Amino acid sequence: MDFGQLFVIIIGVIFVNNFVFSKFLGICPYIGVSRKLDSAIGMGFAVTFVMSVASVSTWLIYTFLLDPGTNVFGGIDLTYLRTISFIIVIAAIVQFVEMVVQKTSPVLYNALGIFLPLITTNCAVLGVAVLNIDQKMGFLPSLVQGFGAGIGFTLALVLMAGLREKLEMANIPKPLRGVPIAFILASLMALGFMGFTGLTLN
Amino acid sequence: MSVISEFTKGIYRENPTLRLVLGLCPTLAVTTAVVNGLGMGLATMLVLVSSNVIISLVRKLIPANIRIPVFIVIAATFVSIVEMLMQAYAPALHTALGIFVPLIVVNCIILGRAEAFASRNGVIAAAADGLGMGLGFTLSLTVISAVREVLGNGSIYGFPVFPDGFQPVLMMILPPGAFLTLGLLLGLSNWSDMRKKGRG
Repeated sequence: MDFGQLFVIIIGVIFVNNFVFSKFLGICPYIGVSRKLDSAIGMGFAVTFVMSVASVSTWLIYTFLLDPGTNVFGGIDLTYLRTISFIIVIAAIVQFVEMVVQKTSPVLYNALGIFLPLITTNCAVLGVAVLNIDQKMGFLPSLVQGFGAGIGFTLALVLMAGLREKLEMANIPKPLRGVPIAFILASLMALGFMGFTGLTLN
Repeated sequence: MSVISEFTKGIYRENPTLRLVLGLCPTLAVTTAVVNGLGMGLATMLVLVSSNVIISLVRKLIPANIRIPVFIVIAATFVSIVEMLMQAYAPALHTALGIFVPLIVVNCIILGRAEAFASRNGVIAAAADGLGMGLGFTLSLTVISAVREVLGNGSIYGFPVFPDGFQPVLMMILPPGAFLTLGLLLGLSNWSDMRKKGRG
């Protein structure tokens, strides 16, 4: 495997095609959990972990169970089960992560506790799984894309949380307080991230 | 509450996008043109009504501690059906919406209504709730995509509305325009609320 190619994927998915700012994936937790910096960091890392594991397991499931060209059933086309099987796998991974964290590190569990179940419905997780398949990624590129997308999500979340903590003090017109101003802020950040579009990596 | 009011509450009073602030990813992603916004809204409505009805029918059989996975599987089934129907009868729309068609299953509106309403109410009320919420979602998607298409492309539903000299604001159909439109629309809805309360 060419490491240059993996590097291009990871930079691309963090900056150029950031999941939050250019693909609109994971907006609900992005707005919902970006009020405090600590919880934003915790949520970001939990999502990154789940996205990496989900990318790998959904890729394996698609390749060996669903895809008629490569599956173990000898060419039966099961690709229509993609959405259902992926979401079940993601729900199972999230549940598993929750149990493992609870047993091994109660401190981390208390910090992340409420966010963990929410990751199942984070569309960035299912999004990266579906994108890996749509873009016909190999095994390692899928893992790298999942991990990079998680880092990109964490970056966006942490930047937003830092800004929103400052916003608490600002004098904002009443109707725009809270969620509306967060969106306007996100708009400016997306404008900034568009600057990366010109970045070409070869 | 009567069936009529279960239906009408989703349209403005508890509008999923503007009031409950749910289902934001498709709201921002597919609203570059009215036809996409409308298609996404209708597809979501179909899934929402079907899953609400089924969940309401089986609500007494589902054990409480595994209800969320059950809701997700029911929703995923209807999403797969809608995806196949769309692929067969509206391939252009299917291509335009891309990965957001399978992602209907993680739209918080579906799971939110299943948990908050369909699992606690009868079939007819659940269907009315799904229809109203779906309609409210479709309406707000249409409004947002109309604003973005008119400003960013100078057309509405594909028909040009401005004279030739008009220079489209390209930013509006790019990601920043989506965040800006939704932010201002939420602000507008808050503002109209405050005015009403101030008067009453």
